[in-house]
Amino acid sequence: MASYAARRRYSTFIMGLCLTATGIGIVWLFLILFSLLVNGIPGLTFAVFTEMTPPPGEHGGGLLNAIFGSLLMTIIGVGIGAPIGILAGTYLAEYGRHSKITPVIRFINDILLSAPSIIIGLFVYGAVVVPMRSFSAVAGSIALAVIVIPVVVRTTEDMLLLVPNTLREAASALGLPRSLVIRRVAYRAARAGLITGVLLAVARVGGETAPLLFTVLSNQFWSVNLVKPMANLPVTINNFINNPDANWKQLAWTGALLITAAVLSLNITARFFGASKDGR
Amino acid sequence: MTTISESSKNLDMALSNDRARVLKNLVLGDKLFSFATRAAAYAVLLLLAGIIISLIVGAWPAMKAFGFEFLVTRRWAPQLEPEPVLGALAPIYGTLVSSFIAMLIAVPFGLGIAIFLTELCPHSVRRPIRLAIELLAGIPSIIYGMWGFFVLGPFLANYVEPSIVAAVVNIPVLNSIFSGEMVSNLSLFNASLILAIMILPFITAIAVDVFSTVPPVLKEAAYGIGCTTWEVVNNVVLPFTRVGVVGGVMLALGRALGETMAVTFIIGNSFKISGSIFAPSTTISAAIASEFAESEGLHQSALILLGLLLFVLTFIVLASARFMLMRLEKRAGA
Repeated sequence: MASYAARRRYSTFIMGLCLTATGIGIVWLFLILFSLLVNGIPGLTFAVFTEMTPPPGEHGGGLLNAIFGSLLMTIIGVGIGAPIGILAGTYLAEYGRHSKITPVIRFINDILLSAPSIIIGLFVYGAVVVPMRSFSAVAGSIALAVIVIPVVVRTTEDMLLLVPNTLREAASALGLPRSLVIRRVAYRAARAGLITGVLLAVARVGGETAPLLFTVLSNQFWSVNLVKPMANLPVTINNFINNPDANWKQLAWTGALLITAAVLSLNITARFFGASKDGR
Repeated sequence: MTTISESSKNLDMALSNDRARVLKNLVLGDKLFSFATRAAAYAVLLLLAGIIISLIVGAWPAMKAFGFEFLVTRRWAPQLEPEPVLGALAPIYGTLVSSFIAMLIAVPFGLGIAIFLTELCPHSVRRPIRLAIELLAGIPSIIYGMWGFFVLGPFLANYVEPSIVAAVVNIPVLNSIFSGEMVSNLSLFNASLILAIMILPFITAIAVDVFSTVPPVLKEAAYGIGCTTWEVVNNVVLPFTRVGVVGGVMLALGRALGETMAVTFIIGNSFKISGSIFAPSTTISAAIASEFAESEGLHQSALILLGLLLFVLTFIVLASARFMLMRLEKRAGA
C-alpha cells in the first residue's frame, strides 16, 4: 500500500480537480449573462416596451405585442395548469395517499415532468390546432398548461407531505370535514411551498419556445384574438435572430435579455420563498 | 316560564335546522372537493394517454408508407417526386451521438462539483455556488441556442477545433472522428457541448441530493480508520449511492435526448451521417423544430413519427431513471 503522504497527495489532487470542475461549472452562467448584457443593453430603449415589432428593413420599433402575447399566454397557461396541478397533487398527498393508483400517477407525472417539450407541441398541434384548423393563442396556452401541470403536481405533493399529520388530526378532532382540513389547515401550512411551485412553473414556461413554434406561430401585429396566431417573445426572438436585418437582430438580443432576466429573477424569488419556509 | 322554555325550544329547532343545512353543505362541498382532486389526478394519466394516441394517429400514414424501413433509411428527401423518401437513421444517429458526447463531458464535471459541494465546500459559499449552478437550468433553451450560435460556436471553430484537428491528423481512427474537412460554427460537437452545459445542473443537483443520503456514521467510521477524503468518496459515498447516481445520470440523458431549441440553432440541420463530430448533423427534435411548420402530408406524418420515436426513447430512459431513484429512496427510508 502506498504511503500515507502519497495517499494524501492523491486525494488533494482529485479534490483539486473537483474544485476546478466547480469553477468551470460556474463560469458558464456568467459568460452567458455577460453576452446577453453586452448585446442586449444597447437596444434597451423605452420604445421596446411601447412600440410594435417592426417590418423588416425599417428602423425603430419595439416588442410590445410580443411581450403582451407572452404575458397573456403564460397567465392563461398557468391559470389552467396550476389549479389542475394543485388538485392532482392534493389527491396524491391526501385522499389517495394509500391508494394503489397513486404510485402509478406519481410515476407518470415524473415522466411528463421531463418529457421533451417539442413532443408537447406535437401533441397540442394534433389535439387542438388540427381540429380548430388554425394556429391560435389558445393552442399555445394549452401547450404551456400541459407543461405547468406536472411541475405543480410534484411540488404540491411534496409540500403537502411535509405538513405534520398532527395538524390534520387536531383539525379532524374538532369535527372539521376532510376537505376543510385540507383547505384550511394543510394548504395554509404549505402555502409558501405551493407558491414556490407555481412560481417555478411560471419560470419554466416563460422561456419555452419549442411547444409554441407550431401551436401559436407568431404575429407581426397587435392582436388580442385568442383563436388567431399571436405574437410572443420566444418565437419572435427565434424569427428575428436568424435574419440579416440588423434592427431585428438587435431586438432579438434585447428580447433575450428581457426573457432571461424575468425567468432568472422568478427562479430566485421562488427559492427565497422556499428558503424562508425551511428556516422557520 | 313557559314562554322562555317555548322560545328556547324554537331557538333550538331553528339552530338544528341551520345546523342540518350547514352540515349538508359541508358534506356536499366535501364530496365535490374530493371528486375534483380525483378527477385532476386522473387527468394526468389521460394526458399521457392523449399524447401517445395523438402521436400514433399523426404518425400512422408514415408508418403505413415506410414501415420498418423508416428506421434504417439514411436518406431524407421530402421534396422527391413522385414519392418522398424519408428515413430516420440520420436524426436518430445525431440524437444518440450528441447526447452520448454530452454525457461524457457532463457526468465527470457534475459528479466533481457534487463531491466538492458535499465534502469540501465551506458552508457559507455552498448556497451561492449551488444557486449559480441551478440557475443554469433556469436559462431558457433558446438563449443557449443564441449564445452557442453567436459566441461559443465561432470561438470553438476559430481557436479550439483547428488545434484538435492538427493534433490528431496523423493518428488513424482519431483523425476521422476529429476530421478537419468541415470545421464550421455549426457542428455535432458544438451541440454536444451546449447540451453538456444544459444538463450539468441536473446531474449536480441529483448527485448532491443522493450524496447527502449517506449516513454520517459511515463516513466518520472511514475517516476514523485513516481514510483520505478521496478514499471516503470512492469507497463509501459512491458505492452507497451508485443506484441514485446512475438514476440521476439517466434523468439528465432523458433531458439531453429531447432538448430542442439549443440544438436546432447550432447543429446545422444536415441529414448526413458523417464520421466526424466536427461536421454538421441533426437530431430528431431539431428536425421537427426546423421543418414541421412548413411540412404537409407524408412529410409531416414522418416528422410526427420521429416525435413518437423520440417519446418512446425518452420514456424508456426516464422510466428506468425513476425506477432506480425509487429504489434508492426505498432504501433510504428503510
